[in-house]
Amino acid sequence: MRFYIRKLVAFVSTLILVSVITFLVFQILPGDPAQIILGVDADPQQIAALRETMGLDRSAGERYLTWIKDTLSGDFGTSIRYHRPVADMLVERLPVTLSLALFSLGLTLLVGLPLGIYIARKDGKLSALLLSLFTQLGVSIPSFWLAFILILLFSVTLKLFPTYGYTPWSEDPIGAIKSLFLPSLALAIPGIAVVIRYLRNTLLDQSRMDYVRTARSKGQHEQGIMYRHILRNALIPVITIVGLLIADTLGGSIVVENVFALPGIGSLLVTSIGTRDLPLVQTMVLYIAIIVVSINFIIDILYKVIDPRIRLKR
Amino acid sequence: MNFKQLFKSKPLVIGSSLIGALLMLMLISLFYTPYGPNEMNPSMRLAGPQLTHLFGTDNFGRDIFSRIMNGAQTAFLIGFSSVAIGLVFGVLIGAIAGYFGGWLDEIIMRIIDAMLAFPGILLAIMLVSVFGPGLNNTIIALGIMSIPSFSRIARSGFIQYKEFDFVKASIAKGAGALRIIFYHILPNMVSSLVVATSLRFSGSILAEAGLSYLGLGVQPPNPSWGRMLNEAQPFMINAPWYVLITGMVITIMVLGFNLIGDGIRDLYDRKG
Repeated sequence: MRFYIRKLVAFVSTLILVSVITFLVFQILPGDPAQIILGVDADPQQIAALRETMGLDRSAGERYLTWIKDTLSGDFGTSIRYHRPVADMLVERLPVTLSLALFSLGLTLLVGLPLGIYIARKDGKLSALLLSLFTQLGVSIPSFWLAFILILLFSVTLKLFPTYGYTPWSEDPIGAIKSLFLPSLALAIPGIAVVIRYLRNTLLDQSRMDYVRTARSKGQHEQGIMYRHILRNALIPVITIVGLLIADTLGGSIVVENVFALPGIGSLLVTSIGTRDLPLVQTMVLYIAIIVVSINFIIDILYKVIDPRIRLKR
Repeated sequence: MNFKQLFKSKPLVIGSSLIGALLMLMLISLFYTPYGPNEMNPSMRLAGPQLTHLFGTDNFGRDIFSRIMNGAQTAFLIGFSSVAIGLVFGVLIGAIAGYFGGWLDEIIMRIIDAMLAFPGILLAIMLVSVFGPGLNNTIIALGIMSIPSFSRIARSGFIQYKEFDFVKASIAKGAGALRIIFYHILPNMVSSLVVATSLRFSGSILAEAGLSYLGLGVQPPNPSWGRMLNEAQPFMINAPWYVLITGMVITIMVLGFNLIGDGIRDLYDRKG
């Protein structure tokens, strides 16, 4: 029980800190937001009035509290540029980013886990070389450049997938999958490299453990040792990198969405920075950070449920 | 550790050769490039790789090879400066947290954890959106982005080493905290910090490429590989070499630093 309470306290305090950091960073912003909205030749009285409705005349602490209160009640403010509630715009765009993230995570695990297990069991010189070549390149290639290569290969040359753009699920599910496949693959390849590397290391560590020697001396065949004993223990730590992969995917999707002109959070974020749409940027940054913190919290809890041996450190 | 051992590590040799080659290109570009990086030649738009233009030309007829040489200056400058910022502040913060411990450690590490909640280049994007784009702001944003990884490594090192007898002995002899931190403990952590520096270097290069590709990083006329990829994208079908070569150079630099980092880690792991 103490484990869960401590994790919950850490989760809540991290959430609060994340919101404070986001709020403070946008406080350093040079210039007066009211002035930016109304333009340079605005009447000072108008500016003063807008400052009051936006709450800019109050202290930073007060503004933080109202911002948090509003955000918690689902009111994310209004976009300066689009004159629309930020919440509505997020609801429109979130499905794209989430489908992209889930799709690429699915690809990463579906390809990475079997491939990692297969490769780890091979001990040849050639396979070791290919493995290190692939994993080193996988973590070194910029995912958006990988996206370019995939477009050139699969869209331009083989004409299998659209070059850019997004088909909503409601219109055409197959079109949606087609439009998400290349972006997901571009995000998944670095992830696959990470999974393979990790799995190989944990499998090697586990196969040196005493329980493997015991199983072997009992006369169990190698296949059984691998699947019944080693894999079970090696897969538990993999759960932790799922959290890491989700964070990487969300971060990477900011750039990759722009390559494919996908109407998700990432592309909105970049256009909003260009138009200095502060409420929109602030909310999206907070939103992504909250997703990351929450997923890590869930993973911590899951980890403990699956493997009760885990104790609090220190 | 002697030089023979260094040469036996394949990742280290390959990585250093890649980085060495890019470093040479960068140094040469300070004095000489085949063409001016912004020299336009309207009659040579989007020309393919050939003897006079090794990597071809872009949509303004500018020589891509010269622009890549020039872009190496920005890449090394940003990598070096942002990693230096991250190293200095990260190690300082981690040393304070790890050495003194207690509530100070608790608070500092909570903040570091909160910083890690902003995935990938999101932290840099947030900072750049506030400071505005440009070379200096990109360096600062990427520097702040590298602080958490350095401070975590420094902290765990300090927690480990402060229990060692040689540290306890110097405390007993009356050495001050500063002397112990910098003179006694820090030298023991050089290897893990070198590895982290190399890996962070590739992280910074990747992040800069992403930021500049999005138009949020380095602005013209400063050359940047990420920005070149942004400019190359519309011509991807007609001039695939532009996109392919530029991205390959970024990959080589990232790969080089990753290999150096991994190579050094392997050497120390084998020793320890």
